[in-house]
Amino acid sequence: MKRNQRGEEEEGGGSSPGSREPRKKKQLRQQDLEDQDESSSQWGRLPQEMLLQVFQYLPLLDRAYASQVCRGWNHAFHMPELWRCFEFELNQPASSYLKATHPDLIKQIIKRHSNHLQYVSFKVDSSTESAEAACDILSQLVNCSLKTLGLISTARPSFMELPKSHFISALTVVFVNSKSLSSLKIDDTPVDDPSLKVLVANNSDTLKLLKMSSCPHVSPAGILCVADQCHGLRELALNYHLLSDELLLALSSEKHVHLEHLRIDVVSENPGQHFHTIKKSSWDAMMRHSPKFNLVMYFFLYEDEFGPFFREEIPVTHLYFGRSVSKEVLGRVGMNCPRLVELVVCANGLRPLDEELIRIAERCQHLTAIGLGECEVSCSAFVEFVKMCGRRLSQLSIMEEVLVPDNKYGLDELHWEVSKHLGRVWFPDMMPTW
Amino acid sequence: MGGNAVHWFRKGLRLHDNPALRDALRGADTLRCVYILDPWFAGSSSVGVSRWRFLLQCLEDLDASLRKINSRLFVIRGQPTDVFPRLFKEWKVTRLSYEYDSEPFGKERDAAIRKLANEAGVEVMVRISHTLYDLDKIIELNGGQSPLTYKRFQSLISRMDAVEMPAETITADVMGRCTTPISDDHDDKFGVPSLEEPGFESHLLPLWFEVDTLTTAVWPGGETEALTRLERHLERKAWVANFERPRMNANSLLASPTGLSPYLRFGCLSCRLFYFKLTDLYRKVKKNCVPPLSLYGQLLWREFFYTAATNNPRFDKMEGNPICVQMPWDRNPEALAKWAEGRTGFPWIDAIMTQLRQEGWIHHLARHAVACFLTRGDLWISWEEGMKVFEELLLDADWSVNAGSWMWLSCSSFFQQFFHCYCPVGFGRRTDPNGDYIRRYLPILRGFPSKYIYDPWNAPESVQKVAKCIIGVHYPKPMVNHAEASRINIERMKQIYQQLSCYRGLGLLATVPSNSSNNGESSMSGAAAGPSSVDSAQEGSAAAAGRAVTLLHLHLTTFCGKYLPNS
Repeated sequence: MKRNQRGEEEEGGGSSPGSREPRKKKQLRQQDLEDQDESSSQWGRLPQEMLLQVFQYLPLLDRAYASQVCRGWNHAFHMPELWRCFEFELNQPASSYLKATHPDLIKQIIKRHSNHLQYVSFKVDSSTESAEAACDILSQLVNCSLKTLGLISTARPSFMELPKSHFISALTVVFVNSKSLSSLKIDDTPVDDPSLKVLVANNSDTLKLLKMSSCPHVSPAGILCVADQCHGLRELALNYHLLSDELLLALSSEKHVHLEHLRIDVVSENPGQHFHTIKKSSWDAMMRHSPKFNLVMYFFLYEDEFGPFFREEIPVTHLYFGRSVSKEVLGRVGMNCPRLVELVVCANGLRPLDEELIRIAERCQHLTAIGLGECEVSCSAFVEFVKMCGRRLSQLSIMEEVLVPDNKYGLDELHWEVSKHLGRVWFPDMMPTW
Repeated sequence: MGGNAVHWFRKGLRLHDNPALRDALRGADTLRCVYILDPWFAGSSSVGVSRWRFLLQCLEDLDASLRKINSRLFVIRGQPTDVFPRLFKEWKVTRLSYEYDSEPFGKERDAAIRKLANEAGVEVMVRISHTLYDLDKIIELNGGQSPLTYKRFQSLISRMDAVEMPAETITADVMGRCTTPISDDHDDKFGVPSLEEPGFESHLLPLWFEVDTLTTAVWPGGETEALTRLERHLERKAWVANFERPRMNANSLLASPTGLSPYLRFGCLSCRLFYFKLTDLYRKVKKNCVPPLSLYGQLLWREFFYTAATNNPRFDKMEGNPICVQMPWDRNPEALAKWAEGRTGFPWIDAIMTQLRQEGWIHHLARHAVACFLTRGDLWISWEEGMKVFEELLLDADWSVNAGSWMWLSCSSFFQQFFHCYCPVGFGRRTDPNGDYIRRYLPILRGFPSKYIYDPWNAPESVQKVAKCIIGVHYPKPMVNHAEASRINIERMKQIYQQLSCYRGLGLLATVPSNSSNNGESSMSGAAAGPSSVDSAQEGSAAAAGRAVTLLHLHLTTFCGKYLPNS
């Protein structure tokens, strides 16, 4: 049943004459057809801006179907505004369970819309073919002026399996042609110092965000070049081996904007690896220049590799220990990380962290989030910790096995005490026991 | 009055607390208890030797118990939809009874049988006794949705009516004047098969099956064994007089003579009996205190997963499962095989998988370790693959509990924090510093000192030579670099959850919706509610996010998220 403009119901179409009374209905049917024409042409005359609005809400597949309806809608489908943003999903059936962006669609985009693209990301699975396909597309983005580019490996880093030169030349196409890159995400890729130079040569005024964790072909000098030239850089993510005193000083120079986020991954390649230290004066310079900046550090080290760390005050705000970390190091964290906002510990071991937690509650006055995995804390100490932190703890994720009942508190009393101090109902995290 | 009753055993392989069987007997002239050896063993695609053996032992035990009350077990091969119409006619059946099966596959199968029974004029009696509660009532109490968090589940449980008492055990008295017609050739026609039998469905056995693996089972099947173990379990608890969760030590890893999980799964032990015995014991020892919910932890987890699964036929899949996060898992059959066969090069993981294959049971923390290693910890392989391996090897893994636990452990559902990764070296070392567990299940590594037994690849060549085991030759090198793998994987998990929760901040914990919950009673409408119902908000956002994610992956284009300027 279709409703016409007057809101009256009418039977659609004129293809069933037999069921109607001849004279009166014939007149009505004439009117129906005219109304239908008007309404369909009204739909067809919807202003492009309105179509654009509607189409933006549609997922691509539905939009594609809509574009088959009439010329007007087909035209709208190809409006540049709808092609600013695209995520290429490149998966092979042999290596992924997820669907990939259709190759015909990719062809169409490159042909008709490559110069509309501004915010682009590539999600690739663990197969080399997917990474190659990504490079293929990248090399064709010659008419593009990208603002954002993200190369994301969703499983094992397949970009690293490509021949380096192949990857670099594809990436350089974008660097050279875009000239206004603001955001660049190239973690786990074989990007190197020369290509960073090309990036800098073309985009130094606009670059605000650079994420390049685990790019083994980049040297400290390479990243220093970026910091020296790109004074608008606000967010940076890299591995510890690229961090240097010079880098921090460059990021704190007068010409540089305030840094907002610095993310550092500290990863051990071999057991017993030696890590360099950063001078406290370099961190102090950072603090003076960008007092509100967030320093996020993820540690993946063996327990005995923490020697150089946390010996002096460091302005770290978010700390994650991805492997076991010793009691002693956690003690040093309490002493030397006054700006700490989040602490997440994957594992510690079987000695209670009572003292260390209390110290953290005392000295880390900005702590709002804590996560403890395979650790041990006595219930009393834990209650004390929560009492001291109070309601500022918005995230408290403690595995149930962490909490050791003592003569003051069992697990049931503990959750009431903790809930009381937090001002909300709280329970530890549980794992199925079957 | 009168008539011929047939009781259909599927799970619930016991004569105690079997209300369906008890009610079927009432007023019946004859009773026959059947077990149908369905070639598709309750929906699973592969069944290991341990499971077959356990099942057959359960059936033997059942047959023996029935003999004591002048009855027998009738084992019939075939599909229920083929078998039953034949039986209805042959035996002039007037009544069919069975224990309620809450799993989607079970419900579908039972609906078909019910229809056949109605057509044949057979009365159908179904009773709930595999779970503590009527799961549909729990779901109703939660506004029509299965609870997605364990805390929410516990709060619903505390508002349910008391668990029903176990039904009286079937004895000769209970049988009354009811008899079982037994023919002379009963053993040939309906006897319990044995694994050694040449006529046994050999095509159902795995290819690597060898007759000499039929050593004495560590976990002997059957109701008799189950009840003995129950008594032992309770004795030990009483002796310890401590109902707290026991601390994990090296011994916990080994199969315990008081372990009950496989018996609960097959229904050799009634969960309700266990529940009441635990309650009684607690009241006796703690002098009439009200038992805390944590006392029933093992039973309630089981109940939780049954409830989560009962209305979700896609519960054991990622794709099309509204509560499962769509993760870009890696397809890697080679890596999967190494894990499944205990050849990862990490002794802790390999020993656990070896114990699993040999005995059919591993401690729950061992399960966490290997599940984490396969999925979000190291190999980044889909939890569905791990679930299939467990289905084959693990005695107590039934459909709901297995799938649910794998989703939980891989952080694919139930909104778990993913930051805690079980180190394949460190976790084992902290649990059993001496390494005896490793030496027991991986004899090739016996010669390594405790210092190196968890990471033998770090042992100097001299040590390896003395141990007569060169890493890379006699025992594999580690298949991944754990630091590197966990670094990559935590990043992947973060990417996925950030996209789900639209969280743009820097915190790791906040990328997952908060785990704080209250006992809010608001109904689940799928949308986030106000501040007084954080729990329902989490539940709502969990379901909505799950739906959002499945929709997300149907789209060919996705929102570029963080890279767009704030508009």
